[in-house]
Amino acid sequence: MNTNRQTVLACIDGSTFSRGVVDYGAWVSRVVGAPLKLLHNIEHREHSPIQDLSGNIGLGAREELLEELTRMEERCSKILLEQGKEMLHNASQRARAAGVAEPIMLQRHGGLAETLIDMEDEIRVLVLGVRGEDREQQEHRIGNHLESVIRALHRPVLVVNRPFDSPPGRCMLAYDGSEAAGKALAMAASSPLFKQLECHLVHVARKQESPVLDAAARVLQDAGLQVHTASLHGDVEQLLLSYQQQQGIELMVMGAFGHSRIRELLLGSVTHHMLTKSRVPLLMLR
Amino acid sequence: MLLHSTRADWLGNIRADLLAGLVVALALIPEAIAFSIIAGVDPKVGLYASFCIAVIIAIVGGRPGMISAATGAMALLMVTLVKNHGLEYLLAATLLTGVLQIVAGYLKLGNLMSFVSRSVVTGFVNALAILIFMAQLPELTNVTWHVYAMTAAGLGIIYLFPRLPVIGKAIPSPLVCIVVLTLAAVAVGMDIRTVGDMGQLPDTLPIFLWPEVPLNLDTLMIILPYSVSLAVVGLLESLMTATIVDDLTDTPSDKNRECKGQGIANIGAGLLGGMAGCAMIGQSVINIKSGGRGRLSTFCAGLFLIVMVVFLGPWLSLIPMAALVAVMIMVSIGTFSWQSIRDLKKHPLSTNVVMVVTVVVVVATHNLAYGVLAGVLLAALFFANKVSHFMYVTSAVDPTTNTRTYRVVGQVFFNSAERFAANFDFREALDKVVIDLSHAHFWDISAVGALDKVVIKFRREGAEVELIGLNEASATIVDRFGVHDKPEEIDKVLGVH
Repeated sequence: MNTNRQTVLACIDGSTFSRGVVDYGAWVSRVVGAPLKLLHNIEHREHSPIQDLSGNIGLGAREELLEELTRMEERCSKILLEQGKEMLHNASQRARAAGVAEPIMLQRHGGLAETLIDMEDEIRVLVLGVRGEDREQQEHRIGNHLESVIRALHRPVLVVNRPFDSPPGRCMLAYDGSEAAGKALAMAASSPLFKQLECHLVHVARKQESPVLDAAARVLQDAGLQVHTASLHGDVEQLLLSYQQQQGIELMVMGAFGHSRIRELLLGSVTHHMLTKSRVPLLMLR
Repeated sequence: MLLHSTRADWLGNIRADLLAGLVVALALIPEAIAFSIIAGVDPKVGLYASFCIAVIIAIVGGRPGMISAATGAMALLMVTLVKNHGLEYLLAATLLTGVLQIVAGYLKLGNLMSFVSRSVVTGFVNALAILIFMAQLPELTNVTWHVYAMTAAGLGIIYLFPRLPVIGKAIPSPLVCIVVLTLAAVAVGMDIRTVGDMGQLPDTLPIFLWPEVPLNLDTLMIILPYSVSLAVVGLLESLMTATIVDDLTDTPSDKNRECKGQGIANIGAGLLGGMAGCAMIGQSVINIKSGGRGRLSTFCAGLFLIVMVVFLGPWLSLIPMAALVAVMIMVSIGTFSWQSIRDLKKHPLSTNVVMVVTVVVVVATHNLAYGVLAGVLLAALFFANKVSHFMYVTSAVDPTTNTRTYRVVGQVFFNSAERFAANFDFREALDKVVIDLSHAHFWDISAVGALDKVVIKFRREGAEVELIGLNEASATIVDRFGVHDKPEEIDKVLGVH
């Protein structure tokens, strides 16, 4: 993998999370030493702009309809393009103020997930807000694309859900011994991002303490990280959240969506729950 | 994969999809009845088919927002089957059509659509419009002046009603046309033909039934030719319509999934007593125009159709045929590509010939597949002819050694092979002939054969022959040459050797 051209990709839109996304993106970019790329994705809405129920078609109906639809979408897209440029410009200035030398600006058309999949090779870390413009007010919900993006990409995803105040000092790695968690652990051990963080390795078990935690802690210690471990018993989601509050954790780290969609439909997903409930940003490692 | 669809496919556009589905359902009813009459079966066969096909294709189709149902193109192909063998054989043929289409989907025959040029598509669409119009003519011949007056009034309502402020764009004008003409006919007590005279209308939901045909080779031999035609025409129209909807909505579609989806929909229709169908250009345009974009619009069109038909059954039979004719004339006008007539002056003659030949063959045979075949063949021949012009031979003589060097540049293949050979002067008395092929491409065995002939002729005249660059020139003969998709690979074969 060629890491030279890989960037920290921050996805912005008109929501209030975008500022946090830019700031966190700038932070990650500085720490890992990869350039910051700002992406504004223009999504074409499915719902149609015209409402004509006359249900008749005359001579040249197809050509007329195509012309009309083109005209309308052209107008909408032009506005969106303009707005996007403005947002990118502001974000770029913000990133410069946060110490990023040359933020790269990029605008793309299409679905967010598709755009990101196309760009996967050049992504080192993806930063995006927990909700977009259209769901900004709906707390306890995650964005339209968030889950599909996290599932589709095999890159670390930093989900931002609050404004940036200072670089995080303490992070918490939720570890359950699963394959996804193992991968997350290996990534954390090898990433420069964690060198500056105090790392809390937390395992929530339903029964007694399992030996997995010690081995996992050793992996991180060998990598030169500062590690605390905690083993808790009870409800996974609740304990993780309360541990975060008690210890003043500023960044949650976890393997994401370790199970199939069908199993999660039946049993619920820890990832999904944490995304909706967490008050601090989450780094999803895949 | 066939059942895969995103939330946005179904629920991305709920309100507009529901309304558009309703508008389309209202327009589908007269069409389904009219096409049943073309095929020579009871209106209920077309109505059941439209319901099944629309609902199934909404789930398994590859093009959200496209409307499929019983169609005129398909109905025209069934006429003789129904006349000679009856409805049960039609249902069996419908099932077989579905199977063939699914096979086509798995063989990825949808990709063959790239051979169908734009002018063939235009010809197909125009021919379809003409066929739909011609199918209305029996209703307009040997009738009283009442029918003409009713039809004219119907067309007037359809095209003038949308100009009314507010309600014009809120109520589908074909519906207004049907309601007004039905009320008028009933009120005056006019003695004209109504839908009720044309056959049985549905009074219940469709029920599952296996076609009552003997399961033997004879049956297969009867239905197979019809099924092949139906499968081909159904896929052609569906894929063309999908392209039109792609263009209108600026979104992509999965063509091979659409082939399989059409097959499943036809099997469903056949098992529930419906005739074979496919995508409809006119209805799909109406759907997009009314704001329909998602799978929900197609699904609702089918659902609303069956609900209205079952509950309004007794009223449907009162609709005068003149009202249906008016709606169908609208559909044929709307399907016709007006642009293509204006473009006749602009486009090159070969393009126009392809389009017109497609139309003429279809109208003559009433089979859209033959028209498309003729159009595609003609377009390929025109193309071969054009490309064959990209070949020339230059030569220079070296008097000291009495050697002539021929330089061949361009495409040598079956069509240009003759001309290639004609460029050499065999009467010239030479000691040596050099043929430089490094800038030529030999596409087939005809080209190689022509070269062999040239070499032999020169040798017979006593000249020594040397070929330069033959290996590179003939690299294009290999089949599957097209698998190279990297620029440097193509350069290796096609570039300057």
